[in-house]
Amino acid sequence: MKPQSCVNIKKEWDIVGARQLGRDIAREIGFGTVDQARIATTISELARNIYLYAEHGQICFEVIDTFEQKGLCIIAIDIGPGIEDVGQVLEDGYSTSGGLGAGLPGVKRLMDEFDLQSEVGKGTRVKAIKWLR
Amino acid sequence: MRIPILKLHNYLLISIQTEIDDQTAIQFQEDLLDKIHKNGSTGVVIDLTSVDIIDSFIAKVLGDVVTMSDLMGAKVVLTGIQPAVAVTLIDLGIHLKNVPTALNLEQGLIKLYQDSGE
Repeated sequence: MKPQSCVNIKKEWDIVGARQLGRDIAREIGFGTVDQARIATTISELARNIYLYAEHGQICFEVIDTFEQKGLCIIAIDIGPGIEDVGQVLEDGYSTSGGLGAGLPGVKRLMDEFDLQSEVGKGTRVKAIKWLR
Repeated sequence: MRIPILKLHNYLLISIQTEIDDQTAIQFQEDLLDKIHKNGSTGVVIDLTSVDIIDSFIAKVLGDVVTMSDLMGAKVVLTGIQPAVAVTLIDLGIHLKNVPTALNLEQGLIKLYQDSGE
């Protein structure tokens, strides 16, 4: 596994910066255009969640390159308010910000692996992996 | 950053060529409604050929602007959605069902023309 590179999410424009960097990394790994778009969209959703709910946090990229498989792992970390009902935020259409409520359930479908850990008052950590086929 | 809106007879043409951030998207929504109002436009084509990502926020803004324009009496057609963008929108669960679309700018204009019966 290669060392992580992280982007700070503080301003709205950081959402764009993070997804551009993620797309570049995905292209370098060898992902096709559709998977590049899936990865960039995932980053955009996760970065926006950080910006909207936690104000600041980080998006980290980890290139997974083992003997068996290659892929990209995206980790979104914040020390924001956390999520009270994790099941609810994974339901399509649930939003507390007037959005479409497509973000997290969407990310789950866009990526191959998805893990959400959150503690109220402490923060949230989302990990999502796309494997290169 | 502002997205340019061009006037062509009764129509407005927009080609989104840059990476859109949230603020630009919101500004565009306001600018477009304003232009429709000022020019009395009956149709709008928003060409997305150069857009390689539409996330849930941008999708909401686009869907909303179509509905808002419709309320004002202008029909909006989205054109040139890339294959990868179509795939990710469906993965996100966003179907944009009531949004008129066409393959490209030319088809979009034909669609507006036919629908208005002008």
